[in-house]
Amino acid sequence: MAKMNMLHAINSALDITMQEHPQACVFGEDVGYFGGVFRATSGLQEKYGKHRVFNTPLTEQGILGFANGLAAFGAPALAEIQFADYIFPAFDQIVNESAKFRYRSGNEFNVGNLTIRTPYGGGIAGGLYHSQSPEAYFAHTPGLKIVVPRNPYQAKGLLRACIKDDNPVIFFEPKRLYRASTGEVPEEDYSIELGKAEVVQQGTDVTLLAWGAQMEIVEQTAKQASEQGISCEVIDLRSILPWDVETIAKSVTKTGRLIVSHEAPITNGFGAEIAATIQQECFLHLESPIMRVCGLDTPYPLALEKEYVPDALKVMAAIKQSMDF
Amino acid sequence: MSNPNNVSLNINHDLTFIDGHALTIPTLSILTEDGDIHPSATAPDISKNTAIKLYETMRFIRLLDERMQGAQRQGRVSFYMQCLGEEAAVTASAAALDQDDMIMAQYREQAALHYRGFTLDQFMNQMFSNELDLGKGRQMPIHYGSKELNYMTISSPLGTQIPQATGYAYGQKVKHIDAKSGELESPIDNVTICYFGEGAASEGDFHAGLNMAAVHKAPVIFFARNNGYAISTPADEQFKGDGIASRGVGYGIKTIRVDGSDALAVFAATQKAREIASTHGEPVLIESIAYRLGAHSTSDDPSGYRSKDEEANHKVCPIDKFKKWLIKQDWLNEEDDAKAKEAIREDILAALKRAEKVQKPALEALISDVYDTPIPSLVRQYDDLKAHIKQHPDAYPITAGRIK
Repeated sequence: MAKMNMLHAINSALDITMQEHPQACVFGEDVGYFGGVFRATSGLQEKYGKHRVFNTPLTEQGILGFANGLAAFGAPALAEIQFADYIFPAFDQIVNESAKFRYRSGNEFNVGNLTIRTPYGGGIAGGLYHSQSPEAYFAHTPGLKIVVPRNPYQAKGLLRACIKDDNPVIFFEPKRLYRASTGEVPEEDYSIELGKAEVVQQGTDVTLLAWGAQMEIVEQTAKQASEQGISCEVIDLRSILPWDVETIAKSVTKTGRLIVSHEAPITNGFGAEIAATIQQECFLHLESPIMRVCGLDTPYPLALEKEYVPDALKVMAAIKQSMDF
Repeated sequence: MSNPNNVSLNINHDLTFIDGHALTIPTLSILTEDGDIHPSATAPDISKNTAIKLYETMRFIRLLDERMQGAQRQGRVSFYMQCLGEEAAVTASAAALDQDDMIMAQYREQAALHYRGFTLDQFMNQMFSNELDLGKGRQMPIHYGSKELNYMTISSPLGTQIPQATGYAYGQKVKHIDAKSGELESPIDNVTICYFGEGAASEGDFHAGLNMAAVHKAPVIFFARNNGYAISTPADEQFKGDGIASRGVGYGIKTIRVDGSDALAVFAATQKAREIASTHGEPVLIESIAYRLGAHSTSDDPSGYRSKDEEANHKVCPIDKFKKWLIKQDWLNEEDDAKAKEAIREDILAALKRAEKVQKPALEALISDVYDTPIPSLVRQYDDLKAHIKQHPDAYPITAGRIK
């Protein structure tokens, strides 16, 4: 074990992959010598050469098109989109190509070797073009997997699982926690199973569900709630697609209450899918309506970020409302 | 004055703009319309076997196209796209490649696939989306693909294969780069060819794909089929400058323009392009000029946007031109050719009837291959659907009888 921040953990997962497969390539804007805008790929070019770790021209569409081709060839394609806000020029390549490669070809070809890494979310004073959480757009597309880690241990284990998974995966990295979140991480290889949520804290009164950077907020709220005598079960969804209905339903059957929190705007956010499914699964066990504490239906703001984000106070208000229903 | 990377400065003192049409790229032509070699041209080194196979492929595709165009009009298949007028461009380029080179096509390159060995029945099974279709009945007719033949399955969105071809070709190259020195050990054993029309060259993917191929030196042959029309939009409403070839030059890619109705010119250009790509590990652009004699697809009617006179002016048949050369070589005669055509027509009709009778894919094809294994939500949905179909078998006659 070693103490690592999330960037070190991600770098370690990439390093293991590069060692493992002689044709694996890491590429994206500025990822070469510079190591990426957040330095997640630092040191890899020196180790594996310019032909395997390289800067691309500034073309997200090109990065994903190239990545689809490289993955179809059979080489692990580890593509970085510098900010999730800039993934949209690559939308067609991801949604129409990566996601459908296997299906449309009858499995003659597939891009299971593709992993897309991209920093998402707010909290870095990035305003509307450096703070978005676009996971729900991709969660509407069959054929993709979507994963979000909450800390360095999760980041390494989940990223390795994404890379080994034989499907194209988008790995959203909570950029606010890149350096802020540190912890013990094994230096050797390990994987965390995709599609499984983690019950981070057991509780009996209300289930709090979140992912990525928002986990820090709900964990903090759970602590405050417990001081007020409310027992929260805290769950990290980890995989947005496929998502672990069973674990959530089991928890909500026990607690009778569910609050989902995410940074993305509330309307058609992934919380909506969770609420719809869980009300169907747990209807007779619910003590109050499923609630969502999310971003507003506005672009992500700059100056009024504190007002916009679903913080602990807002989650606490929802807990009280749910308990008093 | 600084010299930004990768720009050669040629200082002058006149305020001069370079005209957007200043670059005029010549067009390679080897065969005359009478099937002779142009006096100043050199015929490529092509064996009798290759030349005959090339011709037979063009002949087959012309007959298949005619029959399937008719089958679409009869309502037997939902959609079709002909290669009419571009047979030489597609077939001769495929003939100049290695069988294991990857082909990433747009949609009108069925001749390249047949040249590789895709059988008549395989064509039919795809078009009738029956259970023998390699694509499991998921895409519209003409979206062929075959891993065995290194022919990437066609995707409907236009131009998406262009940056993918760059990535695929880069993969072909990476294993030839020495890990310690970073030097390329050439020749690269296999390269990628990427076909697209001049319309697709307007998509962002084209620019992204060419730029990345140039910068990262991917061994890909970009084959632009400039056939004068993108659906109904004439090329002069599609782009300015000197064709698609000038864009290749702009991206720093070795470029050639060929007469796409001239099988020998296309063969020679592609053979050379392959040599450049595999030896130097870099991209090449070929622009083929061959008028699209047919409609864009069966959903299109060219009489609405171009005159009969215009079409008549372009009635150069690439197949006849090559046939004349073969006859002069004494490699073919009219009598055998006529007999073969008759036999192919009969084969096509028989295969069409066979494919029509093969059953549709089983229900399982609905959920397989979305992921490597179906995810839990998909399994639940599939179980619900099966139960529903069992309750209402008459409403779902294609699958009801086969549900286990």
